Amino acid sequence: MAGGTGGRETVIMATPATVHSHAPQGFIRKYIFSLDHKVIGLQYYFLALTAVFVGMFLSLLMRIHMIWPTASIPLVGEIKPETYLALLTMHGTIMVFFVLTTAPQGGFGNYILPIQIGAPDMAFPVLNMLSFWTTFVGFIVILCAFFVQGGAPLHGWTGYPPLSAVPSAGPGEALGADLWITAIAIFCVASLMGALNFITTTLDLRAKGMTLMRMPLTVWSWFITAILGLLAFGVLLSAGILLLMDRNLGTSFYVPLIVVNGQVMGHKGGSPLLWQHLFWFFGHPEVYIAILPGMGVASQILSTFSRKPIFGYRAMVYAMLAIGFFGFMVWGHHMFMSGMSPYSAFAFSILTMCIGVPSAIKTFNWLGTMWKGHIRFDTPMLYAIGFVSLFVSGGLSGPFLAQPVLDIPLHDTYFVVGHFHLIMGVAAIFGIFAATYYWFPKMFGRMMNEPLGRIHFFITLAGTYAIFMPMHYLGMAGQTRRYSQFTEVAYQTKLLPLQTFMTYAAFVTIAAQFIFVINLFWSMFKGPKASDNPWDATTLEWTTATPPPHDNFGGKTPVVHNGPYEYGVPGASKDYVMQTDPPTQPVH
Amino acid sequence: MATYTPSTPIDDIGQKPPAPPITGGGDDGRGGDVPDYGARLRRARLGLICGIATVGMVFISLTSAYIFRRGLPTFQGESNSYVRDWGSVDLPWLLLGINTAILLLSSISMELARRKAARQAALAPVTSIPGISLGEEKNFPWLGITVVLGFAFLVGQGLAWGELHNRGFFVSTNPSSSFAFLLTVAHALHLAGGMIALVWASSASLLHRPVEARRIAVDITGWYWHFMAVLWIYIFALLGLAR
Repeated sequence: MAGGTGGRETVIMATPATVHSHAPQGFIRKYIFSLDHKVIGLQYYFLALTAVFVGMFLSLLMRIHMIWPTASIPLVGEIKPETYLALLTMHGTIMVFFVLTTAPQGGFGNYILPIQIGAPDMAFPVLNMLSFWTTFVGFIVILCAFFVQGGAPLHGWTGYPPLSAVPSAGPGEALGADLWITAIAIFCVASLMGALNFITTTLDLRAKGMTLMRMPLTVWSWFITAILGLLAFGVLLSAGILLLMDRNLGTSFYVPLIVVNGQVMGHKGGSPLLWQHLFWFFGHPEVYIAILPGMGVASQILSTFSRKPIFGYRAMVYAMLAIGFFGFMVWGHHMFMSGMSPYSAFAFSILTMCIGVPSAIKTFNWLGTMWKGHIRFDTPMLYAIGFVSLFVSGGLSGPFLAQPVLDIPLHDTYFVVGHFHLIMGVAAIFGIFAATYYWFPKMFGRMMNEPLGRIHFFITLAGTYAIFMPMHYLGMAGQTRRYSQFTEVAYQTKLLPLQTFMTYAAFVTIAAQFIFVINLFWSMFKGPKASDNPWDATTLEWTTATPPPHDNFGGKTPVVHNGPYEYGVPGASKDYVMQTDPPTQPVH
Repeated sequence: MATYTPSTPIDDIGQKPPAPPITGGGDDGRGGDVPDYGARLRRARLGLICGIATVGMVFISLTSAYIFRRGLPTFQGESNSYVRDWGSVDLPWLLLGINTAILLLSSISMELARRKAARQAALAPVTSIPGISLGEEKNFPWLGITVVLGFAFLVGQGLAWGELHNRGFFVSTNPSSSFAFLLTVAHALHLAGGMIALVWASSASLLHRPVEARRIAVDITGWYWHFMAVLWIYIFALLGLAR
């Protein structure tokens, strides 16, 4: 026998899941290198919270520079045009990767998914811990780009070559760009580890009775997001490796024969379009990686606070699957400007507009869920409604941009900036806020302050609309994006008052986020104690203690008998039936 | 004397019918509440499938880049026209062929190691009974042989890269050589990861880990190793046929 033990093997029986497992006691194992999915979820969440404040601060600097280009900002000084581009790059990258991808999936997905399917932990806890710490290293590496010689890169979060592939192309394109690409590659590896874990956990660790069609829509959304991540991040990783090779090994994957600062570079024959294809094959699914968890959270909350079953559960599942599927077939709509064949553009255009169908199904089902419901307007519900509002507002400009004839004049304008900030940025952020207010009692055992939550919501909703809706008008008026200032360009100067208004709106909106932070940390320690099920909700996380014990269910294994949204069931003793309640009898 | 034990308590007969069995769930009908050896193996294999899908996407994207770049015309100033600059690379086919044979042999030895571990795990409940023996089994170190062959493959790849350098082909010589280095090095790095997994699986034996844990480690490493062999055949064919 292997190992030379001569066949005298001792078979150690696996520990039954029903035996209560004890949490590690040491600080390091309990809070730093923890294997508990709940601790890891919180680590992801607070990493994203840190990242969002960094990203927000960068956007504030950009907005100040746009309307007062010569202003000297305390500690920062005067912002030069190239610094503006560096701020733009880092704002986009940090927000997309370390906030919009990290918080909804890594944060809430990690914390809630195993509990919602009745599992004691993720399938591979060690891998889960590695995934978080790899993400953390990625975040540190990208922040380092600010502090190296030349500073952060200028090429935007999309990193288009040849700018991103030639170190001498500008300040920040030397070591700063190398660090940027390395950080993205590290993040890809971390996300792949996370996706593997999410898929395996969902498929293999569901409790008895938790059929696929009894899974909460949040679980479905995290599951589909994980599949998208699994297929998309590998492509970005490959693209990043090729970019690093072009930069450091003299290859010519992306760089054609090019003259930079009067010098002929050693490259020849490469194509920047190759990067665009690879990047957007990842980039478009990334939009859904950011927004799908928000869709799941909105569905969960709208049903709970409307006291009604979700309208069209199966349709919601199939719509998410369709969105994920089509998400891989539309990357070309980001490249209409690249001079692609009209036939290709036509195909990408039609496929893009097809995504409107499942998106509309989801929107109408959300409205149908609320229709004639006994709606409770608590803060999570306000944010879920806000999510739907932003999803519609941001989504409606999608079919405009899906048409090459409209995209070509609008592509390099603020119209696109307004579109993607509403649909991908703010809508997803509203999903994160909704999830925070909804699951905070379960995670920390206390309730958040409701009046502060409402004030935060109304200012944030009004503020984000005030910032991003005018961008559509600016775009239609021809205001170009990525310009560092407009004061020296005659026809753009006339639009400056609107930019000024948006900057003031940004001041107010960013200030309102401190209300959230104060509420978050104050409630963590001083908020009123939460019951196990403060929202009268039905899914498994509300059947266990608050906060959940180390193994989630205190040594018990839940058995599921009902669907996830059994509200207002005729004949039931209360207006909701939990998933673990005895099976409901059909009423004839 | 045999005794009869009713499956339904006599008191309950004639009362309400038993509840239907609960179906669904990840462990439905396979592992129950106990995360037994079979369930753990299934979970590990599921994770491996996801991992293979990831590595697959990396190489699919590199292949698409290969095809894209190969067909790309580049502008030549002297002739004021577009020409193909793909170039050629004089690969050491004999050496690569030997490496391929070594890797295929290692895949066979890995499979034998995997089957042996599976057999041991299946028989462990019997052999753990005091006084029960299934006779002597040949204790051939298939896992160790796989490690040696895997190491030989990596050394062979290193020799092939050295030979390419001797023939004047470097990573930036032309697009063809860039891809030759990229694909072979990317595969070698993934195989090196497999080597680490092999050492881990071997240490599971040396550290006297439970036979079931050892079987899972060997099984997962085995399938990954086979995937590496298939992937190498694919790369070999791509470099050979799509030159």
